[in-house]
Amino acid sequence: MRRIINLVLVLGMVLTLGACASASKDDDDLVQVGGTEGVGSENANSMQSLDDPSSPLSKRVIYFEFDSSTIQSDYQELISAHAAYLVENPDVSIVLEGHADERGTREYNIALGERRAKAVRQLMTLQGVTEKQLQVISFGEERPVALGHDESAWSLNRRVEILYSGQ
Amino acid sequence: MIRPLFNRSILLVCLWILSAKSFATLTIDITQGVEGAMPIAIVPFEWKGKEPLPEDVSGIIRSDLHRSGRFAPINDDDLISRPHEGKQVNFTDWRVLEIDNLIIGKIDLNKKGEYQIQFQLFDVIKGSQITGYSINTDAKGLRRTAHRISDIIYEALMGIRGAFDTRIAYVTLTKTSNGKKIYNLAVADADGVNEKIIFKSAQPVLSPSWSPDGKHLAYVAYSRGRPELYVQNIHTRRTKRISSYQGLNNAPAWSPNGKYLAMTLSKDGNAEIYILDIASNKLGRITNNYAIDTEPTWLPDGKGLIFTSDRGGGPQLYQIGVSGLQSSGKVKRLTYEGTYNARASVSPDGKKVVMVHRADRKFHIAVLDLKTEHFTILTESELDESPSFAPNGSMIIFATEYENQGVLSAVSVDGRAKQRLSLKEGDVREPAWSPFKSR
Repeated sequence: MRRIINLVLVLGMVLTLGACASASKDDDDLVQVGGTEGVGSENANSMQSLDDPSSPLSKRVIYFEFDSSTIQSDYQELISAHAAYLVENPDVSIVLEGHADERGTREYNIALGERRAKAVRQLMTLQGVTEKQLQVISFGEERPVALGHDESAWSLNRRVEILYSGQ
Repeated sequence: MIRPLFNRSILLVCLWILSAKSFATLTIDITQGVEGAMPIAIVPFEWKGKEPLPEDVSGIIRSDLHRSGRFAPINDDDLISRPHEGKQVNFTDWRVLEIDNLIIGKIDLNKKGEYQIQFQLFDVIKGSQITGYSINTDAKGLRRTAHRISDIIYEALMGIRGAFDTRIAYVTLTKTSNGKKIYNLAVADADGVNEKIIFKSAQPVLSPSWSPDGKHLAYVAYSRGRPELYVQNIHTRRTKRISSYQGLNNAPAWSPNGKYLAMTLSKDGNAEIYILDIASNKLGRITNNYAIDTEPTWLPDGKGLIFTSDRGGGPQLYQIGVSGLQSSGKVKRLTYEGTYNARASVSPDGKKVVMVHRADRKFHIAVLDLKTEHFTILTESELDESPSFAPNGSMIIFATEYENQGVLSAVSVDGRAKQRLSLKEGDVREPAWSPFKSR
């Protein structure tokens, strides 16, 4: 579904602003991207690069150790790529969604998920992204992506997801 | 033989309003009995009516006492006689069965068309009545009356009030026919019967906390895509959103006097404990630390909070004094055993704290005696969470996993009696045991 909306969005940008606005009808957030003055080929290209599987921007998940919100060095590049994109596109905003694995207590895990998302937010703001481009929401252990009860599932659930508006 | 007399009679006016006939969705399995539980005989109560009784009153009493882990009711087949009145009891016969106590009773319809339930509890060894009542109720109140009789018997024999006539709140996660997840906030009797769903959402719902009068629940719901706090009347279902700051609005805990809600907010930076004065909507900040501070719970005297903080590295329990909307005194660390102790529930007498404790990479429920600092792991299951004390302090209900399903489990405070409450399909979690109902 996201992909379809994105296709419509890119097409809309290439054609006319009007077409873009109509594609955005169902989602206010889309207007932030498409409704900007002077949307040109550069922005359209950037939006495409978000979906380019070879671009670092296609990677949207940062994983964590148990009970930790320390960002491992492997993810610095990923975070920097998104930060650079957001600096270049100040009208684009993202949600940083923090998650935890099922172990431990639910409310502590919500606080932990928030701290993970805020750790990513801090790195991005240090690289020049404005606070208003970054929204933090924590779901703790409430939204697992892997349903098993072992480390292979848990490691996938301890994460921050980068969600672009309209994607 | 001592001729039994009724000590006094009480009339119970039952204001229990039942909506449409509801069915038990939680089923209870007793997974561990107690060695040395008191053997007791419960003779099925006499009922001469033409229609069957709407509720099996003596059966409910029997399963209540069994569930408590304190009593071992003997099988009906082993009953040597079936007396319904004191004068029919031959104590010599009952002593042969090596039981300590005997419960008998009968149910009649009175002139008003109400059910009149008479019951007597006997000490078989002494050959005397311990207590006995006659209680009137309508059909709708039969079940509750049975729980109240269980409470009277429990109190007469154990010396502390029974918690059978109470409720539990919990969250179930079910799927619609097209596979959509639904979170249901439910309230049921303590034995899982009479479940009523008071709130449904496609988004996560968690952390129900009872108001001390047992009429309201505060809880966290993601209905608008992020965590916010709501208060709902469980009878009228009226709901109010009470906290919606940026960031976390989580972990509500009602103060013992009902005036305040302790909660976790992150509006000023990171997860901190605050107290909201419900009437004035004033907010006081209680903690101020770069670490996570969350999961506040009140001491029974309302003069302090126990909460989870990872200020020492990993999550541990801490205590802080509070006065109105302000903190008082220093923060004191309570737990040192292991690397993970979180989500406290304090016993009604304030002497014990149960928590989620990590040991050998597994998450159990553990209890800490605040005075002796004696620390005991109560459970063997592995993904235990959300412990909640019964209002009489005898049992702890908590959530765990069993055969890949989220279930509730209850354990006696000494770890000896265990039972499991599960759904046929779907997960059940986040239990919160209600306060006592007013007598």
